[in-house]
Amino acid sequence: MAENENRTVSPASSGSHIIRVEHLSKSFGSHEVLKDINFNVDKGDVTCVIGSSGSGKSTLLRCINLLEEASSGHIYFNDADIMSRENNVHNYRAKVGMVFQHFNLFNNMTVLENCTIGVRKVLKKDDRYAKEIAEKFLEKVGMIPYINAKPAQLSGGQAQRVAIARALAMEPDVLLFDEPTSALDPEMVGEVLDVMRALAKEGLTMIIVTHEMAFARDVSSRVVFMDDGVIAEEGSPDVIFNNPKNPRTQEFLSRFMNK
Amino acid sequence: MPASFWGRVSFLLQEYWKSYLQGAGTTLLIALVATFVGVVIGLLVGILMTIPVEKNDNPVKKGVLKVVKAILYVYIEIFRGTPMMVQAMFIFYGALQYMNINMNMWFAAFFIVSINTGAYMSETVRGGILSIDPGQTEGAKAIGMTHFQTMNYIIMPQALRNIMPQIGNNLIINIKDTSVLSVISVTELFFVGKSVAGVYYTTFESFFIVSIMYLIMTITCARILRHMERKMDGNDNYDLATEDTLAHTSGMTNYIEKKKEEEEYR
Repeated sequence: MAENENRTVSPASSGSHIIRVEHLSKSFGSHEVLKDINFNVDKGDVTCVIGSSGSGKSTLLRCINLLEEASSGHIYFNDADIMSRENNVHNYRAKVGMVFQHFNLFNNMTVLENCTIGVRKVLKKDDRYAKEIAEKFLEKVGMIPYINAKPAQLSGGQAQRVAIARALAMEPDVLLFDEPTSALDPEMVGEVLDVMRALAKEGLTMIIVTHEMAFARDVSSRVVFMDDGVIAEEGSPDVIFNNPKNPRTQEFLSRFMNK
Repeated sequence: MPASFWGRVSFLLQEYWKSYLQGAGTTLLIALVATFVGVVIGLLVGILMTIPVEKNDNPVKKGVLKVVKAILYVYIEIFRGTPMMVQAMFIFYGALQYMNINMNMWFAAFFIVSINTGAYMSETVRGGILSIDPGQTEGAKAIGMTHFQTMNYIIMPQALRNIMPQIGNNLIINIKDTSVLSVISVTELFFVGKSVAGVYYTTFESFFIVSIMYLIMTITCARILRHMERKMDGNDNYDLATEDTLAHTSGMTNYIEKKKEEEEYR
């Protein structure tokens, strides 16, 4: 696989992890969605999180970005506990970008404004810099022709590419993807995955919740399989897809591969 | 005094056109200013009422927020729940009698209508905020925006557009409801109409004129607001920015040229 060779280009993992999740649990009422989750992400890692619906994948991602408040446990970002009261949530979120299933582009702004607003208001950069960096990333996702369009005028695939550019314009250390292609028509999935593939090659640290198994197999440096709120199995894509140990993983993958 | 209805109407207009116009002007001024101030109050209260409280928040912040929200809640309930005419009497004469404040009549008028509108608008704004997809807030949070930034740049511009019809409603209601201020002797249109009617016992004719003037004001304001709504919606179309010089036809702006122009400008 060509993509796997490129992994060696990405920055070597340092001793400390960029994100460390320890004993993370999350309940909605009496329903326990995440149970004692432990996992690490190193710089340059592309971690794909797979598993059936309701297994807690998205909740895990939302906990990492503090959009959901974990019930217990710790999340460390560069060894700082982001769930402590001292942590500045806004600064942290600016460094950890998120791409949503339903894009969540700002409907009152044009494509360009969507990508500059955070750079201007959160990072407090001047307008010229914001425009330059926004255009740089819009170019990368192939959305430069649409800078004047409003989100409502874009197709799903286009909107998602803009959403990726918006997240990239913040120059995050880690980018989280929450089922980025699940709301797209099948014919638009490819264009979004291509963009993500390119980012993976450049060594951007990514955590991707996805149902695109072929993509996960090709792009990720590590695959996490979640089942019923726990990490049932994790390892290299080769191990998970070709030699899964856990019977639940085998069952899940066989259902997917038979399609 | 002319014998026919239209004759009496035109007689009143000739004699008192200035008073009618002044009354209408007063009505319009109070309605416009009070609606504007009311919307501002509504926006502030609406933002405050929707500040989320998180488990991790500092207890002092939580306590202050709770007290502020309770006070605002009481404010909304009191001013929504009592007639404006009663509020006018209560505040204007109450202040005079018990606090020895002789309120300027203009101030009293603006004050009463504004806080009344504010109470209604607070709920309207809250509804407007709730009408925006939570995904918008999440998108803003995810790039590190604070609650205030999220409200200011993302939620409010969209909520404001959605509540424009309600703001229009409120303006029209205010144009009509300023008539209750006649109880504290504000010389708005209703007060003028009543005074003129009393001079020649021409109640029907005078209030015919007054009705037409109210209608002109309300219909005009409704039209202007509709126009503003359309303007807020912006273009249905957008120009594609292209770097292909050959594709530079209508519906496209040349991206490279634009970039060059900007660079030269610098």
